Amino acid sequence: MNIPENLKYTKEHEWVKVEGEFAIVGITDYAQGELSDIVYVELPEVGTNLNKGDVITTLEAVKTVADVYSPVSGEIVEVNEKLADEPGLINQDPYGEGWIVKIKISNPDELNDLLGADEYKKVIEED
Amino acid sequence: MPKKTPFFEFHKNLGAKIVDFAGFEMPIQYPDGIVKEHIWVREKAGMFDVSHMGEIEIKGKDALNFVNYITSNDASRLEVMQVQYSAFPTEEGTIVDDLLVYRLDENHFLLVVNAANIEKDYQWILSHKKGDVEIKNRSDDYAEIAFQGPLSEKVLQRITKENLSELPYYYAMYATVLGKKVLLSRTGYTGEDGFELYFEDFEHGKKVFLKLLEFDEVKPIGLGARDTLRLEMGYCLYGNDIDETTNMIEAGLSWILKLDKEDFIGKKALLKIKEEGPARRRVAFITERRAAIPRHGQKIFKDGEEVGHVTSGTMSPSLQQGIGMGYVRRHHTRRGTEIEIDIRGRKEKATIVKLPFYKNGTVKR
Repeated sequence: MNIPENLKYTKEHEWVKVEGEFAIVGITDYAQGELSDIVYVELPEVGTNLNKGDVITTLEAVKTVADVYSPVSGEIVEVNEKLADEPGLINQDPYGEGWIVKIKISNPDELNDLLGADEYKKVIEED
Repeated sequence: MPKKTPFFEFHKNLGAKIVDFAGFEMPIQYPDGIVKEHIWVREKAGMFDVSHMGEIEIKGKDALNFVNYITSNDASRLEVMQVQYSAFPTEEGTIVDDLLVYRLDENHFLLVVNAANIEKDYQWILSHKKGDVEIKNRSDDYAEIAFQGPLSEKVLQRITKENLSELPYYYAMYATVLGKKVLLSRTGYTGEDGFELYFEDFEHGKKVFLKLLEFDEVKPIGLGARDTLRLEMGYCLYGNDIDETTNMIEAGLSWILKLDKEDFIGKKALLKIKEEGPARRRVAFITERRAAIPRHGQKIFKDGEEVGHVTSGTMSPSLQQGIGMGYVRRHHTRRGTEIEIDIRGRKEKATIVKLPFYKNGTVKR
């Protein structure tokens, strides 16, 4: 199971890469494996303000559908437009080409609630 | 504890994702994923472990009459070694299960039923026992492989002595596969040409499984693709599209309902439903937006009024769009009718269409 050390995680299987005042968000390798074959991503709009825990987007897989929750509060400043035509990028490269949104963080304290790689690994093991 | 089929270790070695399905640990998909597996079956040959299916044997002097009494189709029309799609109706005309009836001999039948219903069906059959018949639940005695796809005959022929091209659709034979006799039928649940093989000798079944995998044209296929393949054909899945709350006529299963048979369970109720016309019907629909993928349980609207619900839905890997089936109130079921599906709070446009969704299947008819 691929769980990069340099990322932060949520119990809901999102990953967060913090770059200064921005957070890049996607779903973990474990999550994409559980969903399998993502066939559509309802892309959110740039400029949307999110509270921590709000639904960023919904991922449609062949068999099921899953919401992606915002790990932090802030404003969406960029979305991965490539996912509109190639939703499978999330399956192929969940931590790279399959990123979903970039959020401008409004409350940096919330980053303390995120899990480290070791803690996230435990979450999966209990799943 | 969920049961394991004789092929379980193979699935694990092949990297399958295993789920509990009707009390069996079954492969939902292999590393290729549902979409690739689905397309593979449409183009080549796929092997499915369907050992979870149940087999109930009916034998004895009155076997034909008894099978005809508990099932909706007319088993008396079956030749020996012919197969028939059928159902067990309730007294109300709803559906205990759908099944395949194999006539192995004049008075010897094998009923192949859904895994989730094995015990229920067996008890149902026992409780309606009539005449001189012996009823046996043989479900644990059979391993079963479904071998499906346009290349299935060509590949299976390489390890089969008898000439498979002479086996018509919905007929069975005892064929010599890898040197041993197995029950083999030209049947399936994918819309492609294909076969189902029943092994009483599990070790031999394993040999055949591994042998078939050696051919380049063959890949193992999980239950996920089995579901998308059957839905593209509009085949019913018990528990989703049909159950003990749906009657055979509204489910669109009149073609396996022979109301002119002398007597059978549910006949009276079904005659009445036929005369009055069903209040709702199973329909098939496609969504307008590619992103709108219908799912089981969602509500169906017509001009703002709720008129039904979705029983099966998916993204069709062949058509690349949302497809579904569901029940819709009468007067709204005509082909071409525009309806709306409530997909997580959003009313998505859909159109009622004719089945099958996928029209290029190689299944023999």
